[in-house]
Amino acid sequence: MTHQLIIDRAGPALSLQDLGRPNRLAQGLSRGGAADRFALFEATALLGSSTLLPAIEMAGYGGVFRTTAPMRFALTGAVMAASIDDTPLAWNRSYTLEPGQTLTLGAVIRGSYGYLTPASPILTDPWEHSQSTHLLAGIGSPLVTGQSLILGHDPDPKRPDHKITPNDRFGGGFIRIITGPQTELFDADTITRFLNTRFIRSPQANRQGVRLDGAEPFAANVPAGLASEFIQTGDIQMTGQGVPYVLLSECQTIGGYPRIATVIPADIPKMAQAPIGSYVEFDMISLDQADQACPSEASILQSLRCQATPCIRNPHDIPNLLGYQLISGMIAGTEFDEDTYDTID
Amino acid sequence: MTAQNTAPFPCLLPFGLDSIVVRFAWTASDSASRAVQNFQRAIAVADLPGVVETATALASLIISFDRQITSRTALAKQVQEVLDSADWAETAAPPAQRIWHIPVAFGGEYGPQLDQVAQMVSRTAEQAIAEITDADLRVLSIGFAPGQPYIGLLDAHWNIPRQTELTPQVPAGALVVAVRQMVLFTNASVTGWRQVGYCGFRPFMADRAEPFALKLGDMLKFHTVPHGEMAAITASDDAGLGGARCESVSAS
Repeated sequence: MTHQLIIDRAGPALSLQDLGRPNRLAQGLSRGGAADRFALFEATALLGSSTLLPAIEMAGYGGVFRTTAPMRFALTGAVMAASIDDTPLAWNRSYTLEPGQTLTLGAVIRGSYGYLTPASPILTDPWEHSQSTHLLAGIGSPLVTGQSLILGHDPDPKRPDHKITPNDRFGGGFIRIITGPQTELFDADTITRFLNTRFIRSPQANRQGVRLDGAEPFAANVPAGLASEFIQTGDIQMTGQGVPYVLLSECQTIGGYPRIATVIPADIPKMAQAPIGSYVEFDMISLDQADQACPSEASILQSLRCQATPCIRNPHDIPNLLGYQLISGMIAGTEFDEDTYDTID
Repeated sequence: MTAQNTAPFPCLLPFGLDSIVVRFAWTASDSASRAVQNFQRAIAVADLPGVVETATALASLIISFDRQITSRTALAKQVQEVLDSADWAETAAPPAQRIWHIPVAFGGEYGPQLDQVAQMVSRTAEQAIAEITDADLRVLSIGFAPGQPYIGLLDAHWNIPRQTELTPQVPAGALVVAVRQMVLFTNASVTGWRQVGYCGFRPFMADRAEPFALKLGDMLKFHTVPHGEMAAITASDDAGLGGARCESVSAS
């Protein structure tokens, strides 16, 4: 009998995501993939998987899940209210869901996109080497209530639960940008005003991009009949009304509205995760600084693998060893909730 | 236009951390299209180390590279050498190998902005339609959404700007116009272009045997059909071809 993950209730914007389909600009297909790629790397590190695991991306709200066999899973990205039956769960951790138990993931508490990643990989037919749903392109569909996902084999079912401290990217704040091929369409005063503006992350956002409010329109000196040029994730595009939109993973590949700058890859997760109503400001850095600030994704994953730690107290970290009962040895899994609560705030 | 954006063309510009843009002009033109397409072929032939993809827009192209294999500086130098080796607009673009005949319903609910566009190009609606169906049109670029063609070029008086207010949604199959070009939308989308017509033809369907129907350089011929006929075409069209047919152009 196949192992299944059953979605008893799906939030409004659930989709299956991996790292997407790079280098298909000539076909008009943007890479897509998770809005917060770091969350996928964190989940893969927490679960100790040698390969990148596909995740259920949840925008704003999670869902209710059951499993037909024991299922290790990780919770990463935006922090959401989470529980197994009546036991609250911490975020940025791995757990095991047993058959008969119900995993409930509620509204987002901090950030925008939460991720549920089973260690038994979600099996779907890939399209062009990726399982990612790309809604703008019409590849795949959102996950809905009543759907069951077939899971593969967990190569390490006995691995203890792990935890990780993610880099803080869930509250908006400063985002680093670099100039792009169209920055010259904006005059120096406009660029200065842009860099001095404290924007508000609009509710108007999806996997294609996020609108920024809170500023007077930004005008560009656009040549008449400006030909559409290539666009990429992170570009900050001014629509005809001069309102900035930051493009995210499912952006179009070509566009005709002028772009003032580009968010560096290392800060795109922070941009995507900025909660509705949070403040966002931009810091212009040089290309050399950006190169330094953006290591390869392989090295990011490698470093996260080293940061994931088992949720078992190391004796060296326990000041009063004699106060502990060391003999019974069995871990019910609830003893350690106390020290993981601090990741929810 | 200000003095800022009068850089000599063609120019190389960094784009993000792993791409270079080569811009031949700010605006679309036949010579820019030729240059972009010829230069893309030259870059492919040069087979520069670390290049993972090239793709063409209307008047520019993008060269993406693997940062683990090459650097922006090293690649830019190599690209500049290729760029300096010829006048890329001088040679004709490669001849079309295929002609697509695509039925379109113009105006009314299928093209709500036809009258407005006709007024902008100083033509009657009928004249505007005739200019589109008589035009010698090519797929100049594929982009925005998968398989979605940028089609052109229409005559110079069709150089109408994009809207300042976005249209919240045009349907898949919408035929829209701006800046001497047309776009045939792959999927329902927000747009700043004006919708003059509608096609049952879908440039991309993920589960079709040939998901991407059009190729760069294909010729397109639009054929007007009455609104009632378009309804019939779309009612029985699982392959998303919308009554279109593709004709090979044999080498003469």
